[in-house]
Amino acid sequence: MSDITDLGVAALRDGVAAGQFSAVEVAEAFNANVAAAQDALNAFIVVTPEKAVEAARAVDAKRAAGEALGAMAGVPIGMKDLFATFGVQTTAASHMLEGFVPQYESTVSQKLWDAGAGMLGKLNLDQFAMGSSNETSHFGNVISPWRRPDGKAQLTPGGSSGGSSAAIAARLAPAATGTDTGGSIRQPAAFTGTTGIKPTYGRCSRWGVVAFASSLDQPGSMGRDVTDCAIMLEAMAGFDPKDSTSLDLPVPAWTASLSADMKGKKVGIPREYRADGMPAEIDAVWEQGIAWLKDAGAEVVEVSLPHTKYALPTYYIIAPAEASSNLARYDGVRYGLRDLPDGAGLQDMYAATRAAGFGPEVKRRILIGTYVLSAGFYDAYYTQAQKVRTLISQDFARAFEQVDVLLTPTAPSAAFALGENVDDPLAMYLNDVFTVPASLAGLPAMSVPAGLDAQGLPLGLQIIGRPLDEQGVLNAGLAIESRAGFTAKPGKWW
Amino acid sequence: MSTYRIQGATGDWEVVIGLEIHAQVTSNSKLFSSSATAFGAEPNTQVSLIDAAMPGMLPVPNRECIRQAVRTGMAIDAQINKWSRFDRKNYFYADLPQGYQISQLYHPLVGEGSITIEADEKAGIPEDKVIGIERIHVEQDAGKLMHDQHPTMSYVDLNRSGVALMEIVSRPDMRSPAEAGAYVSKLRTILRYVGSCDGNMDQGSMRCDVNVSVRKPGEEFGTRTETKNVNSVRFVMQTIEHEANRQVDVLEGGGKIVQETRLFDPNTGTTRSMRSKEDAHDYRYFPDPDLLPLVLDDAFLEECRASLPELPDAKRARYVGDLGLSAYNAAVLTADVDTAGWFEALLSEAASAQGKAPAEVAKQAANWLISEFFGALNKLGRSLDDSPVSHEQAAELLALVGKGTISGSIAKQVLEIMLETGDSAGAIVEREGLKQESDTGAIEAKVDEILAANADKVSQYKDGKVALFGFFVGQTMKAMQGKANPQVVNEILKAKLG
Repeated sequence: MSDITDLGVAALRDGVAAGQFSAVEVAEAFNANVAAAQDALNAFIVVTPEKAVEAARAVDAKRAAGEALGAMAGVPIGMKDLFATFGVQTTAASHMLEGFVPQYESTVSQKLWDAGAGMLGKLNLDQFAMGSSNETSHFGNVISPWRRPDGKAQLTPGGSSGGSSAAIAARLAPAATGTDTGGSIRQPAAFTGTTGIKPTYGRCSRWGVVAFASSLDQPGSMGRDVTDCAIMLEAMAGFDPKDSTSLDLPVPAWTASLSADMKGKKVGIPREYRADGMPAEIDAVWEQGIAWLKDAGAEVVEVSLPHTKYALPTYYIIAPAEASSNLARYDGVRYGLRDLPDGAGLQDMYAATRAAGFGPEVKRRILIGTYVLSAGFYDAYYTQAQKVRTLISQDFARAFEQVDVLLTPTAPSAAFALGENVDDPLAMYLNDVFTVPASLAGLPAMSVPAGLDAQGLPLGLQIIGRPLDEQGVLNAGLAIESRAGFTAKPGKWW
Repeated sequence: MSTYRIQGATGDWEVVIGLEIHAQVTSNSKLFSSSATAFGAEPNTQVSLIDAAMPGMLPVPNRECIRQAVRTGMAIDAQINKWSRFDRKNYFYADLPQGYQISQLYHPLVGEGSITIEADEKAGIPEDKVIGIERIHVEQDAGKLMHDQHPTMSYVDLNRSGVALMEIVSRPDMRSPAEAGAYVSKLRTILRYVGSCDGNMDQGSMRCDVNVSVRKPGEEFGTRTETKNVNSVRFVMQTIEHEANRQVDVLEGGGKIVQETRLFDPNTGTTRSMRSKEDAHDYRYFPDPDLLPLVLDDAFLEECRASLPELPDAKRARYVGDLGLSAYNAAVLTADVDTAGWFEALLSEAASAQGKAPAEVAKQAANWLISEFFGALNKLGRSLDDSPVSHEQAAELLALVGKGTISGSIAKQVLEIMLETGDSAGAIVEREGLKQESDTGAIEAKVDEILAANADKVSQYKDGKVALFGFFVGQTMKAMQGKANPQVVNEILKAKLG
């Protein structure tokens, strides 16, 4: 038998259920990997080996007692540090919330614990989920386990769910939660040869998830393969009366209905995603994806999403606008950081606290958001962006009259080196060019690994589906996965 | 038309007034959280994770708060918007945990409506007047800062944070302090009838922002000032009085009115500047992305409408039209929902105790309530709320009068004893022997005694000094210890004196 930590969610769960190994053995194996990689990869902000073992013991006891086991029973996972966890520090990778220990548990994490999962630790991320490279965390960069052949540069694991993607790729966790606002699950998955799905907006509760941009934020699952993502997403999703934007719909049995057969399905290739100057390797992997889906029985047609070019500017108005308001609560009054200079008044305390508590990227977005909502600019920016957002949604709706899913590259490049884009916010924002449109439209979308570039770095393909059609997305993902035969993993150097 | 004018050196000035009233919605829990809303709880004991704006917390609208606001809108005949939306009003303050207030700027729940204030000659309101209401929207209240708890620091109490408010915005339709006062009182009456706000202004359940400008009659509106958080009808009137005079002084002194926010000082009855328009916040309103638009269906609206009580104007008309009460009595009895409720309970008890229709005993009940009972309660420093006499007991007393068992003047005595002892009227009349004597024989015997003892006065009477009749009545009543039926006494005396 191979190493336990090479196994994914389904294999671990089934192995525990079958008594091939105990849940505690699983937890301890991953705990060991986490501990060994922490200095090199910095994937976790807090590690909680005792939580992983505690949950595993409960599963083993249940199994011994012959009780029914949950869908994630015996599977230890990483929890993105944007989810509030009872009694465990929750920071959103910010200095502002350093030391903040919630007395509540997010709905999504609670559902996972209820399904029998255990927590390995809180995963590093871009500060307040703002970033595409995991370079904005107050707790340091996450280092991708992947390297170029020369092994010199440290690469990004993507962002904002970079701790999640790095941990899965490095076998520190079989799966992890992510959140996706403009691509924060899909782009890191693509950069690390892992799989991640952002469901339809409203499928997973946002209650207890530190807010970045409320109308876009959506939790999702990240793992080794499509099946694992489906199992985990099923455990996470569901109506939550505590979240007004949560969808009051039953959770479909996605896992049981998985099928790689695409016969009778139509796949759309959006013409506008063929960006000028896109690397040939990205184009090539896209063509390969088309061939795979045809091979799976799908008909492939070109479609048009004419407002695609406006998606990025629209996103960078709406997301910062919401963020500027959502982050106003971090004021030093009730919890988190308080910087109170001698003799300072309330305004001074606000200024000092927020100057010290937020990193440069967060400040940049608060400033952008404050600006676009200001009197005299509101209509030109925010109102206009909302109109364009509607047009983008309509583009998708029209395309989905013709096709069942869309296939695109996940990101315009493979993982770049840390520091490469850090001084050029616009270049950094361009990373989200393929993922942002689906976020604006609230559509389910996933990234699956499709191959390696010339430097041996993973490339991902994105599948975008109709609202509520996670099944169609997962199935197309499975069709690619089963043909891509992606087995590459980073060589262990840490 | 109001004739209220400020006499300036350059002529008469007209005052233009608009009011924004924040009314706390009566509900057990807050607008977006399940925390309790009771007044006067220990600081920070009614605060949920949502009210404290902990990371990742989300608002969920409280159906009851929406229902109350819709019912209020219906009570002022307003348009109810089946599609409305919540917006965030962004600003930093220590009593505002989220850093924004959830309110409704762009699409309020309730649109155009109106209320009618009644003519009041004495107050300078010559005829009934309709005051337009532009909108009612729902929003969160803020917490409270406490500056007197520590020598150098301020404390924050978040009990009020997130409590539902209705902001009721009038048109600039009022032209005198009296009209504004009548508007606030009438609105308060309606809110209390509907049960959507308790109207306790001293507890901050109703607070007024007073917009005032002045102009020469017939000219365009002048620049207005807004005086914030005025918390009684009297203070609203004082604010207008002072602010209008101040503005006239400024304008006649060659100055200009600055659009600004002002504060009212109840100790001096004056207003002072708080901040000018230039210092005004840019609230950066935008739709709250945590909340979906509020969409009301017909069944919900129907339920709201069906649950509305009879409203004050309708009740007043019914009291006059169906019960035959005077306009004055009807107005007094309908001014507050509790008074009307007490009256109607009394009326129904009194009618059944006397076996009559309510309309037949309504005048008696209304007169007694207004001219006897209110005064008696007042003397005790009590109100109907904590009256020691229940409406059942009062109805029994009225029935004793109605059936002629006791006289009106004896009834006053009985009421006093009831208020002191809490005993029933019947028991008191029995115990104290206050039953009215209608036995002709007994009265006749006393009359004979009195006429014999006052032969001189009898002859004076017979000589034409008819005013002495009252003397004989008084003597007879005295001899009967007040219990003689006055009608019988009159008849016997008339017969005997010829």
